[in-house]
This record gives sequence, structure tokens and C-alpha cells, in this order.
Amino acid sequence: MANKGTPTIDMTPMVDLAFLLVTFFMLTATAIPDEPVAVDTPSSISEIKIPEKDVMTITIGKDGKVFFNMDGQYNRAELLKNMGGIYGIEFTPEETHTFAIMSSIGVPMGNLKQILNMKPEERKAAAPDMPGVPVDSLNNELANWVLQARLINRGLRIAIKGDRDANYPVVKKVIDTMIDKRVNRFNLITNMEKGS
Amino acid sequence: MAEISQGGGGGKKKGGKVRSKKTSTRIDMTPMVDLAFLLLTFFVMTTTLNKPQTMEITMPEKIDEHTEVPKVNERDVLTIVLGQSDKVYWYTGITDPKIELTNFSPNGIRKILLKKKAEVPKLVVLIKATDESKYKNMVDILDEMNINTIQRYALVDITSTDKDLIKESNL
Repeated sequence: MANKGTPTIDMTPMVDLAFLLVTFFMLTATAIPDEPVAVDTPSSISEIKIPEKDVMTITIGKDGKVFFNMDGQYNRAELLKNMGGIYGIEFTPEETHTFAIMSSIGVPMGNLKQILNMKPEERKAAAPDMPGVPVDSLNNELANWVLQARLINRGLRIAIKGDRDANYPVVKKVIDTMIDKRVNRFNLITNMEKGS
Repeated sequence: MAEISQGGGGGKKKGGKVRSKKTSTRIDMTPMVDLAFLLLTFFVMTTTLNKPQTMEITMPEKIDEHTEVPKVNERDVLTIVLGQSDKVYWYTGITDPKIELTNFSPNGIRKILLKKKAEVPKLVVLIKATDESKYKNMVDILDEMNINTIQRYALVDITSTDKDLIKESNL
């Protein structure tokens, strides 16, 4: 009766450990924020990692569209309020909440309300048609976003995530906007150099 | 192995039903372990590989009439102009420069930078990107500065003189 031929191992401790680790990694993992445009970043030898929080990301798409993003829900809510104040747009609490949890902003201030009132699926579908945040010298909304974001969170790091095929003039406009707002240090997001 | 009789004392020992119940209490955990480790592997992979690299860059302060601009000897200056379709033009000095064409390969701009760095101890590299160049070119050239440990470099606006130079050179 004791030896049946197939020895069974008690797996319970292993399962315990495995699930403990699964739980740990699940809780520490942060979901990849959905990007408004697919960005293929250029490669570099740099090995500095981007900080986990307090990051403001400016995405430059292949077609030269500029998107703005900042982390921190409370900061975002405040940012929207301040930006609304500048452009004279009043946002409802629902819209503020939507703004706080959504990802990158890629529309001029005038269209923001319309985007915020969309359903998440609709917004995702509309993402490729978003015109991007204006960076022209006449109507530089990015400058205001950057300035207000920095007023709210002073320890903010600025990361520029550009597509490798983005045209230089757009990048230059973004960088000039930064310098104009006295931001002289920023990070360029790159990926690991492949091969040699 | 000691057996615990579930019959509750005597009398029922001959029933035989008690024995069959005992074997079914153990669950086969293998699929669960499989799943657990699959998830574990997934999370381990995604968390460590997710973080992108960044390149730190510091731009100079905005220049107004009160700023004192540092003076640089013309002979220490190497100018790199990023052209269209990954072309790299370079010249030394400012007066009557001789413009040359190179590329981003290890034998191209890197060789020139290393040579210049050895020749000129106080080398200053000016990077000028034309409107036709791509963001990738800019990152690549900044990366070359890091690779070759060039301390003094700056990203500056292109002038019409530079544009004319490139046009005249026909490279």
C-alpha cells in the first residue's frame, strides 16, 4: 500500500512561492501607457534609465505631431484646471477625472473638451486623427503645458520621445520651446543599440 | 503508514467503503504550478525590459544681450552639418572652410572625431542640423559625442552661410 510506484511530491510550498512572486510582480508592474502614435525611438549607447515617476513625456510622432503627457493623477487634475484658466475653458469634475486618468494629450485646447467627452474606445479610435499639441510660435500651447506642469510639480523630469524619422525642424521647435521656458536639461528617450 | 479508521470504532470494519474515499483528497497541482510560473515569467520579463534608456542633454541658457558668450579659438572648432538622407558634412575653422562629406559609419564621422580630438586638445564641436535632417541623425551625432567622450559640443542653429557652403560643395 505504501509504495505504489509513482512518487508524488508535495507541490504546495512551490505553488505558495510562485504565487507570492506573481503577486509581487503584478503589483509592482506598471501598465505600459498606451501611446497615441507608434514611436520608433532611435538607438544610443546611453544606459541611463528613465525615472519611474515625475516624468513629463513629450512624444514626437513620425509625421511631426506633438503629444504631451504627465504622470500623477492629482497633478494632472490641477494642471487641467490651470490650463483651463489660461484659455478660459471651464471643465466639469467628470471631465477633470477623465483627464486625470487618460494618457497623452494630442489636441489643441479648443478641442480638448470634445475629446474628454468621448468614450475611451472612441478616443482610442480618434487617436490617429488627433492633430497634436500646437507648437507654432504664434500659438505655442506646448509651452503653456510645460510651464504649468512645472509649476505644479517642480521636480518634474522632461523626456522627449521622438520617432527616428521625425523631421528635425519639429524637434527643434520643441527644444526651442523648452529653452524658452528655461528648461535646459532634458532626456531623450532612446533604446538599446543593437549589434555593434 | 498508520491508518485512521473513519468508521468510528468497531463494527463497520468489514464494510470496505472507507478505503476508496481516502485516495481522492489529493489534487494534482501541476497545471496550477504551470500557470503560476507562466505568469511569473511574464511579469519578470515585462518589468525588467520595459524601462527605456534615456540620453541626458543639457542645452545652453537662452542668450540675451547681457549674456557673456565664451570666446573660442577658430582653430579649435569642428563644425558638423547634418544633411538630408543621413549625410554628414564637416569642416574645421570658420574662415574659408573646406567642406567634406562623411557618414555615420564607424569609419566615417567617428574616425574624424577621434583624429581631431587627438590633434586639437581644446576641441569644440558645433553640431548644425539642416531642416532636411531627421531626429535620428541628431541622436546619432550626440551619441557619437558620448562614444568619443568629447566634452565640449553644442547644438546650434544652421546659418545661411552653412547652407550655401553645402550647396556649393555639391557633395
